[in-house]
Amino acid sequence: MPKTLGILGKKLGMTRVYDEMGFAIPVTVVEAGPCTVLQIKTVKAEGYNAIQLGFDEKRASRVTKPHAGHVKKAGKEGFYHISEFRVENPEEFEVGQELPLDTVFQIGATVDVQGLSKGRGFQGVVRRHGFKGGRATHGSMFHRAPGSIGQSAWPSRVIKGKKLPGRMGNETVLKKNVSVVDIRPDENVVLLKGSVPGAKNGLLKIFSK
Amino acid sequence: MNPIIKKIDQEQMRLDAPDFRPGDTVKVHIRIIEGNKERIQVFQGVVIKRKRGDMDASYTVRKISNGVGVEKTFALHNPRIEKIELVSRGRVRRSRLYYLRDRRGKAARIRERGIR
Repeated sequence: MPKTLGILGKKLGMTRVYDEMGFAIPVTVVEAGPCTVLQIKTVKAEGYNAIQLGFDEKRASRVTKPHAGHVKKAGKEGFYHISEFRVENPEEFEVGQELPLDTVFQIGATVDVQGLSKGRGFQGVVRRHGFKGGRATHGSMFHRAPGSIGQSAWPSRVIKGKKLPGRMGNETVLKKNVSVVDIRPDENVVLLKGSVPGAKNGLLKIFSK
Repeated sequence: MNPIIKKIDQEQMRLDAPDFRPGDTVKVHIRIIEGNKERIQVFQGVVIKRKRGDMDASYTVRKISNGVGVEKTFALHNPRIEKIELVSRGRVRRSRLYYLRDRRGKAARIRERGIR
């Protein structure tokens, strides 16, 4: 987990923009922030320095009482997403403070983006691990099977971490060094170069560097 | 489409292109930057394909240059294109004119279409 400030966002989809030279840049449009500081964690009280941010406000009728009580200190009703960011200097923040995205990073900066990748279900070894597979025809009886998974008498077991079929995707993915192409503070929108992990409307954590 | 993405796209769209179809002959004025100099190159040929879409829209122009067939695909909203000029309209019966690639000279002619 990087020890930097970040912001929470929602992936909206992809498009392209043209730069001043006229080159097309593929971008992901992310609705990021504004996040509200809900709690400040310090070495003295919690053992580490961090701030807790809430994103995407929730109506009071949809909020549980413990959640409402926690969020009330920041003067809000509730949030769909709450997440923590490790920071070096927690004393610079205060509970209830709004964090618009242009205070967290600027145009041209590089950021790290974390998201939950799309779930692909139970997948075989060819798709999941990039095994080559065998011939489809010419009498071949070896198509997409994993093949031998180990030896016999010794070690007489399958080695841990052996690449086998199983659930693919639906895991946290961090994409590093993504450049910020544009920021639109009025719409709380940031354009990131290239793709980012996850489906549309998925939650993203964007870490500034 | 998401309204915010639509807005971003619409800000960049160029609505100055003339109405042209496959079969039409166009002149595409491309701004080319070489080092720190900028000049305009004109590419004239037959539109053999138009791809629809918002920001993804593109078109392909084919011409015969020194006896060699040359095709260029341009993004419709590319800001590097100075202008698109309609030279003549052609009457064709399909939307993708790939058959022109197999034809030379007289066989590759396209009949003119009257402007209604």
